[in-house]
This record gives sequence, structure tokens and C-alpha cells, in this order.
Amino acid sequence: MGEATPLLSLRGITKRFGALVANDDIDLDLQRGEMLALLGENGAGKTTLMNILFGHYTADEGSIEIDGAPLPPGSPKAALGAGLGMVHQHFTLADNMSVVDNIMVGVEPLTRFRRNTAAAVAKIRALAERYEMDVSPYSLVKHLSVGQRQRVEILKALYRHTRILILDEPTAVLTPQESDHLFATLRLLVDQGLAIIFITHKLREVMAASDRCLVLRHGKVVFACRTATTSSEQLARRMVGGELPEVRRIAATPGDPLLELGGLSAENDHGYQLLDHLDLTVNAGEIVGIAGVSGNGQSQLADLVSGMIADFSGTFMLAGAPIEKPSPRQMVRRGVGRIPEDRTATGLIGDMTVLENLALESYWKRGFNRLGFLAAVPLRQRTAELLGRFDIRCAGADAPVRTMSGGNMQKLILARVLAERPILIVANQPTWGLDVGATAFVHQRLIEASREGAGVLLISEDLDELFAIADTIQVMYQGTLSPPIDPARTNAAEIGLAMSGQRDISQAMISARD
Amino acid sequence: MDLLLILFETGFWAATVRMATPLLFGTLGELICERAGVLNLGIEGIMAAGCMAGWTWVYFGGDLWTGVLFAAFVGACFGLLHAIFTVHLGLSQHVTGLGITMLGAALSSFVFRMLLPNITTPPKIIPFAPVKIPVLSDIPVVGEILFRQSPMTMLALVAVVAVAYVLKKTPAGLALCMTGENPSAVESQGLSVFAIRTTAVVIGSAFMAVGGAFLTLSAFDAFYIGMVNGRGWICIALVVFASWNPGKALVGTLIFAAFDALQMRVQQQTAVALPYQFYLMMPYIFSIVALIVMSRRSAYPKALLVPFRKGER
Repeated sequence: MGEATPLLSLRGITKRFGALVANDDIDLDLQRGEMLALLGENGAGKTTLMNILFGHYTADEGSIEIDGAPLPPGSPKAALGAGLGMVHQHFTLADNMSVVDNIMVGVEPLTRFRRNTAAAVAKIRALAERYEMDVSPYSLVKHLSVGQRQRVEILKALYRHTRILILDEPTAVLTPQESDHLFATLRLLVDQGLAIIFITHKLREVMAASDRCLVLRHGKVVFACRTATTSSEQLARRMVGGELPEVRRIAATPGDPLLELGGLSAENDHGYQLLDHLDLTVNAGEIVGIAGVSGNGQSQLADLVSGMIADFSGTFMLAGAPIEKPSPRQMVRRGVGRIPEDRTATGLIGDMTVLENLALESYWKRGFNRLGFLAAVPLRQRTAELLGRFDIRCAGADAPVRTMSGGNMQKLILARVLAERPILIVANQPTWGLDVGATAFVHQRLIEASREGAGVLLISEDLDELFAIADTIQVMYQGTLSPPIDPARTNAAEIGLAMSGQRDISQAMISARD
Repeated sequence: MDLLLILFETGFWAATVRMATPLLFGTLGELICERAGVLNLGIEGIMAAGCMAGWTWVYFGGDLWTGVLFAAFVGACFGLLHAIFTVHLGLSQHVTGLGITMLGAALSSFVFRMLLPNITTPPKIIPFAPVKIPVLSDIPVVGEILFRQSPMTMLALVAVVAVAYVLKKTPAGLALCMTGENPSAVESQGLSVFAIRTTAVVIGSAFMAVGGAFLTLSAFDAFYIGMVNGRGWICIALVVFASWNPGKALVGTLIFAAFDALQMRVQQQTAVALPYQFYLMMPYIFSIVALIVMSRRSAYPKALLVPFRKGER
């Protein structure tokens, strides 16, 4: 490198938040036609760096140059004007508006008397055709699939003549096929001279798609190299800063059936069939993985088993006893532990303390209350014990939960669930947004719980996770479940096709469970 | 039947359009605020302030049109106050709005009393006279209903078209609507959510105050304490009825005003022997029924009531 002026060049970027150094003297160069992968665990400083680049934060030290010209700090407008474009992990699209509206907003001067929609549509069509993206300009965003929405985000950037495109965990919400499509599009863009940075912690993608990679750890660049000269093991070690925490797999010895759903259907208030004659058995001591693109009924399945859906048809048996009118309290009593998909929305109460959140599913139990008053001493003892046992880092038992990091919140939920020694654990996306270390911790605990005799229903969109710890996998599509599949006898591509409804799980793939 | 005969009188329809005017300004104002994602429950108080400001301006020697402008200015100031609390500080839009309503209503009575301490009967001004638009006012029926009205009424009708045009056809309108749907989408495109929302609330509040000024400068000729009389709350319901769409807002205000005009006429006819309270109730019953029917399918702005904080999602 170094022969031409880099398109983007960061020099000595440092950003402090109080005592914390979020970015420490970071250098980064990016050439035209280059795809750079930016890796790092949560809290490594990737997001801070991107926020500085986009002018949301101002760096304490250092400079940014685009095509040799300095970029004024702290101005999102200047960043957009200089040709920076960003595709956020959570899309910034308005669902009730059309694709063209979403792309046009803020591009024309606000003082213009009339929008030129026709010209915009023509330009979007031309871009979509050139980069092989199939999006109709007039459709409403809410009618688009996740993959299409991401294409709209990319079009939004291209429409503004973006020269440097940054994608934040672009594949987190995609099926394997959609991911392949995305990387094909990105490769096309790079070949046309764009420069791309993508942020990720999926090493497989880094190895497959990037030209160069950069690993951040504790705010510093700890490793930079051409992708061809490294391996995913090496990258993982650099990310974690040592040896990878290894998840020990222990062979499953399935016991009696714990959860049995037969021909189970449920509708929502609008009469829309969310669960459609679904059959599922979870045995004691095994982890059943549910794969699928979100919105195919997974959250309803989790809600049902944790007692939040009372209206259903079909049979619902827990540990051999039929459940007629489930309620959350009843399911907790019967030994169902719940790890919800959105920890801040339905898992924890952010403004309440660590102690209170840990007690949410047990404060009414014997020993934790006396005559309707909370028993302070046992609750404190239990909190202290769980904080230690699950290595939860927080400012203390009385700190509000919202001040904790995502990984520690998830450990807190895990502690709350496992402390009650549940017979069945419903884990919906238990490692969503967690870094390698925290993910391994969660996986290890789930495996241990199952080997001690609990049944685990693991719902995940991350196929790597399912292949790593599930004993059998079932694919959920439009409210139905495929028969169980032995992970050893299939691969991600097969599962991915079933997830998008393009293939029934063939008999050949079905495991010899019976 | 007498009731049906009323519907064929042009006078009835002209009264309907006249009575719809303050509601129309108020509904458009609320619609602009809500489209940007800010509920403005200050409307009732802002209309009262507009009533008082417009009337006072004219009573102390200003002319009618600058009175309307002054009312709009006062409304804009209240709007700015609401925006500072709800947009910049991110406080509860409900609580702030109710506070603004109390402040606006109480302050207008207070200022009125301070300016004219010794008055028992409300003093009068010379309000807007109906104007005849040449040619158009000679069209049978329609001319009488639409083109022989107070100039403020015609302004309101023009405002419907103007607001609809701005929202649908201009880049600024697109940015406004997008802010009410997903502020992050606007922010990521280099626009300022704070600036857009503040502007929307200020302009919307000015509309509300002009609606109030219509009451003292056109419908009546004096200021009474409490003369807004719940019209602001009706506007809030009408915005929902209209699904945040200016054209439907016109329809909604006309239907509501028609019930109001109808109850006044029916009351005057001694032949119908029902307690007058029943007729007074009719427009409100209508708005409740209409809300129940319409709100089930209304597509409200997704970011309504959600304060935007930079860097959060």
C-alpha cells in the first residue's frame, strides 16, 4: 500500500469518555475498491470509531482525511457530503413510507417548492439495475423483507454518490442465502471502485469476503493484515486477546419427554395464524434448536411455552401433565425458565435494581417474603451469591439494571433462570448482540443445565450457534416446524433453504431420533 | 320532515362552513405537530390565547389582519415553549401539553382582566365582514356557501390545500412526515430532527391560535372567558378521524360543524320537543362514534409521542 493517496485515512484517533479510553491512537487506511473487515468484541470501540467518522462525536485527538482533504470534525452533514454512507444494524427506514420517499428524504434542499419524484425513481431504477438489486421504488417499506430493506439502505447511500460505504453487522438479521446475496452485491460495488468497511464478529464472513481486516481490542488496533494471510483461529485469538474460551460439548443422553406440543395452533387478535399445527417434543437432557428467519412464529412459540398465550388449540403437555389455561406465573411454578429475545423490553426492568430484577420470578416464593413483605436479608444473600457465581459485573446490588452492559444483562437473566433450577429452559436468541466471550459463557451454562437433566428449547437465527450446541435442529417456517434434523447430517446451506421456505426438509436429512 | 328540509337550505350549509373554520385551523395545526411526532395538547389553551391576542390587538387600535398575525405570533411563542419542553428536553408530551393549555387559558383571562379591569359587559370590535368573491359568488348554491364568507374562512380553505401540498409535494413536507415516522431515518440523512420538530410545533401552534382569533375577529365581536369551549379537544379527535390527512380533516370538520349547525337550527324549531341538551350533545356523540369507527384503521405516525434522543435507538 501507500502508492496512491488512500480514499479514507484516519490518523491517531483518540477518544476518551471520562477515564475510559474508547479509541486509543487508531490509524486506518482504506483504498478504492477495497473491502475492509473491522472486528472486535463488544466495547472494543468499533461503534465509537464509526460515530467519530460520521461526526456524531468529535475525536479528542487525531485527524480524518477523505481523498486527501481533511474532514471537518463533528459534522454529519460534512461526512455525508464527503461521500461517507452508513448502513446501520437497525435500519433507519420509515415503514409506512415508500422506498423512494425513504431514499429521497434530506437529499433535495428543504426550501425547494416541489419534489422531483419522477427523476428520483428513474435514478433508483438505474442504480438497482446496475447493482442487481431487486427493489421496486413505490412499494412501502413495511411490505419488504429484511434483505430487501437492507438493499434500500444500500441504495440510499448509493443515491447520494457514496464513495465509502460502512455496514454495521450487516448479516446479523439475514439468512445465509441473503448474506451470500449481500456479499455478491458488495463485491460488485467494490469492483466499481467503492470502498467498503464492514463491522462484524462472524469470522466466517471476514475470511470469505474481505480483502483486509483490522482487529480492535480495548480501543486499540491490535492486529491488521491481508485476509489471505491469516486464519479465523488467529483472528479469534486476537479479538479475545488470548485463547478462545472453549465450549465443551458433552454427549446428550435424552430422558423422558418434558415438553410435548401436538397439532398446536394459535392465532393473534387479528385472526392471523401464527402457529400452525405444530409438533414439538423436548426431552430431558437435550437441547432442541429452532432455526428460522424471525417472524415465522418463533416469538409466539416462546410466548406460548412461557405461558403468555392463553388461547390455543392442540395438546400442550409439560412433564406429562396437560396445560389447559397457561399463565406466566403458573409456568414459572411448574419449572419453566424464560430467556426472552429482547432483554431490555421483556427481560428486565431497566429502572429497577439488580436485586429486584433478580427477584422478579421468585419474590413470591417461600423464604423471600414474610407476610407479604420482602425478606431483605435472604434476597441480599441470594443476590450476592448469584453475582459471584455468574460473574455479573455491575456497580452493586442496588444499581439500576439499565446501566449494565448487554452481556452482563444477559448473564443476569441467565442467573435468574438457572437459580430456580428449571426443568425446561426457553431461550430465545440468548446470545443476540453478545461478544465471543459472553456467548461462550451462555452456551456453556445452557449445555451444563441440559446435561444436569433440564430440557432446553433454543430459538436462534444464528446457525453457527445452533450447530455449536443444539442436539437436534428443527426449522420453523410460517408457523410450522420441520421434523427434527441431526446437525451432524446437514449443513448451513440446507437449513438456510428450509428457512426461506424453498425446500422441505427431506427424509434423508431427518435424524434417527426414533 | 323539518329535519330533512334543513339539509336543503343553503343558509345551513353556509353556517356549516363558517362554524368549521376555527376547527379547521386547529385541526390543521394539530395535524402538522403530530405528523412530526409531537402531540400538542396545548391546543385548547393556545386557541384561547389566540382569541385574546387577536381581539386585544384590534381593540387597542390595530387592524384586523395584523390582529390575525399577532395571534399567530402569540401561538408560535406557546408552540416554542411546548417544543423546548417536549422536543429538546424530551419531557412527557401529555403533561407538557396540558400545562400549556392551563397556562394559555388562564393567562388570556388574566391579561384581559388586567387590561380592562372595570368592565362588566364585554366591549366590542368591528369584526371581519363577509366578502363576495367576484364571479365565483354568483354561482348558485356553491357561491353562497363558499364564496360569501368571512375572509378568514376562505383563508382556512386555502390553508387545507396549502398544507396538503406541502406535506405531499415538497422536500420539507417529506422530511416532516418522515420525522413523525422514524426520526433516526431523518437524522441519518443529515437533517436535524430537533429543528424539524420545533419548526412543526411552532407553525402548528400558530395555526391553532389563528383558529382562536377567528372566534373573536370573525364569528363574534368580543372576547369571553372560556369561549374556546372545548373546540381544541375536538380538533385532537378530528386529527385521528382524518388519519392525519388534511383532505380528510376538511371532511371531518365539515361533518362535525354540520351537526353543530343542525342542532342550533333544530333547537329553534319549537315543533321538535326534545330537551335542548340533547341537540347540544349531538356533535360530541358524532365525534365519539366517528373515532370508534375510524381509529381502528387509522395509521398513526409511528414515532408520535416518542422523544428523540441523539445517539440512542
